[in-house]
Amino acid sequence: MSSDRWVLRGGRVVDPSQDLDGFFDLLVEDGCVSKIEESLSAPEGCEVFDATGLVICPGLVDMHVHFREPGQEYKESIETGSRAAAAGGFTAVACMANTDPVNDKRSVTAHIVAEAERFGYARVHPIGAVSKGMAGEELAEIGEMVRAGAVAVSDDGLPVKNAELMRRALLYARHFDIPVIQHAEDLDLTGTGVMHEGEVSTRLGLPGIPGSSEDVVVARDLILTEDSGGRYHVAHLSTARSLDMVRQAKAKGMAVTCEVTPHHLLLTDETIAEMEFSSDTKMKPPLRSESDRQALLAGLVDGTIDAIASDHAPHHPDEKAVEFSCSPFGILGLETTLSLCLDRLVRSGTLTLTRLVELLSTGPARILGLEAGSLAVGRPADITVFDSERRVVIDKDHFQSKSRNTPFEGWKLQGGSVVTFVGGRKVSL
Amino acid sequence: MSWARKDLLGIAELSPEEIGLILDTAESFREVAERPIKKVPTLRGRTVINLFFEASTRTRSSFEIAEKRLSADSMNFSASSSALVKGESLIDTAMNLQAMSPDLIVIRHGFPGAPHLLARHLPAGIINAGDGAHEHPTQALLDAATIRRHKGKIEGLKVSIIGDIEHSRVVRSNIHLLTKMGAEVTVAGPYTLMPPGIEALGARVSYSLDEALDGADVVMMLRIQLERQGRMRVPSVKEYFKLFGLQAQHLARANKDVIVMHPGPMNRGVEISSEVADGPYSVILEQVENGVAVRMAVLYLLSGAQGESR
Ligand SMILES: [Zn+2]
Repeated sequence: MSSDRWVLRGGRVVDPSQDLDGFFDLLVEDGCVSKIEESLSAPEGCEVFDATGLVICPGLVDMHVHFREPGQEYKESIETGSRAAAAGGFTAVACMANTDPVNDKRSVTAHIVAEAERFGYARVHPIGAVSKGMAGEELAEIGEMVRAGAVAVSDDGLPVKNAELMRRALLYARHFDIPVIQHAEDLDLTGTGVMHEGEVSTRLGLPGIPGSSEDVVVARDLILTEDSGGRYHVAHLSTARSLDMVRQAKAKGMAVTCEVTPHHLLLTDETIAEMEFSSDTKMKPPLRSESDRQALLAGLVDGTIDAIASDHAPHHPDEKAVEFSCSPFGILGLETTLSLCLDRLVRSGTLTLTRLVELLSTGPARILGLEAGSLAVGRPADITVFDSERRVVIDKDHFQSKSRNTPFEGWKLQGGSVVTFVGGRKVSL
Repeated sequence: MSWARKDLLGIAELSPEEIGLILDTAESFREVAERPIKKVPTLRGRTVINLFFEASTRTRSSFEIAEKRLSADSMNFSASSSALVKGESLIDTAMNLQAMSPDLIVIRHGFPGAPHLLARHLPAGIINAGDGAHEHPTQALLDAATIRRHKGKIEGLKVSIIGDIEHSRVVRSNIHLLTKMGAEVTVAGPYTLMPPGIEALGARVSYSLDEALDGADVVMMLRIQLERQGRMRVPSVKEYFKLFGLQAQHLARANKDVIVMHPGPMNRGVEISSEVADGPYSVILEQVENGVAVRMAVLYLLSGAQGESR
């Protein structure tokens, strides 16, 4: 990536990695942060970015996206996905392995890295599959994929069902100090379910997915993690009980982390009724109950939750324009997450801005072992700048993503209008 | 009052006044069935499409007869709603039908919310004739019409609905309707066929047939389809009949003028004995008769013909 020189001047710098929240100028040289001081004069030939009235933070990291490439480029590609990332204020994403072919070998991992670098809108860190072909039988060549750039392993889209495979994956991943990310779901308990099982599924007559479908897998995996000494990360955690188990595991000192999505923080199963069976409210895990949602909000505040990740899951409009029961699971997230979090979590008083940056940048960077998540001198200049006052309206027709599946269409929010720098270069779309 | 809705998607969103209007209108249409020529010109020149994605002889014939008696031009369209049969999408099918400019579309579909999807996309009025386990509004209305004729009222009655509560659209529409009209509703069935949080709809829950029958004014038995729900729910038909099958001796617990209902089709010897189904308390065939009058009322109100002279 090119290495322009920039001074970002007059902004409020929020960097939890250095306990920083104040007005500083940033000098960016050779792709890295080279100075951070109260007042900097721009050296000769240096471009100035006026950040007056804006917030500057370490580049946001979405540790859970689906870019559909290779194989389903009609839904999204690495190019459009990383454009969506940049438009949403993300300088890095980690993309799941459930492509076609599955990212279970070095060649696929290398393709993803090369494609992302060719466009340069955002860094794209591949997550390799746990098992060959995500078939849940044999370990994939995890070491080879790590050498090609994989930062974690996951069969996301599907759970690692076999307990022995999970145990071995946790052990084997220790060689590379990477987390095993689990899509925690017991497919037998899910059955034909399409939404959270509870009062609302009963009222709507839709088959339910009980909270226990997630909980029994998290419980099992935590036992395996304790015995294996591996690193375990729960993707899109959605229930109060799973959160409690993670809280207890952390208290024991286990290497356990978890992420939650904005939709599980802001919507509930009642949204499906309010939106009259709209397929844009269908995803896995399903939108849960209000008490689950309240528990997740508490988990954000008390530190149990390490990251907010969007689970950006593009689907073609034709695939979503069907009966709720027939629609594929998943919604977009990259271009709505920051505004939703700024308005509904920070402005509402649930989180401080510092804590939000931790959840959207420092936290996920730490889990994946990325250099991102900090504006400390010497770190790569991956920077997100946004206006926390700007009023925005979610408008899916203006998404950079190829897909349109969002339940947040028309939401009026305060906070957005982002600019990103990746490796010291200002990203333009 | 007059009718203001474009669609009839469920009972949940209706007011007691709207329910009352449909029932009163149905009452006035009953008289048509008693005429030597069972036909009125009310919907002459209007087009109704019966769009059935699930086999349903009774509901479809009931709608067809109602449409014919109102002199509407009606057309039947059957298709499969199985997600495994990849064909034209529901919206595409509906767009094609809309090109025929129907005034009303009656839809039966295996998936909840399918009528709502149509209602969002089409100008035609949509009548939900059953969507998965969600709602079956005309069934609840015909049940209410039947109850009213026998009891003179709905308010204050004790109604027990017994069987596979989880998979029944009839039970959901009936809970909504009966509680809105002031009845006390109890649902009963095996633990394994009881959906969580059904109490939130306003029903009392029981897991015992005897308890559910205690003092009941109305007993509704639901069809049980073990072959569909799988053996993880109930081990056998024989065992189900022993736990929840309604037999004559059970009715001693109910009110002495109890009526027994069933939305059909019945499984004799599974959820109900023939002795009860054909016995003095049974009003099952009257339900069928009331079905036509209620559907005439719904078609009439939704067609907008109410404002015009009858
Ligand atoms: Zn997942």
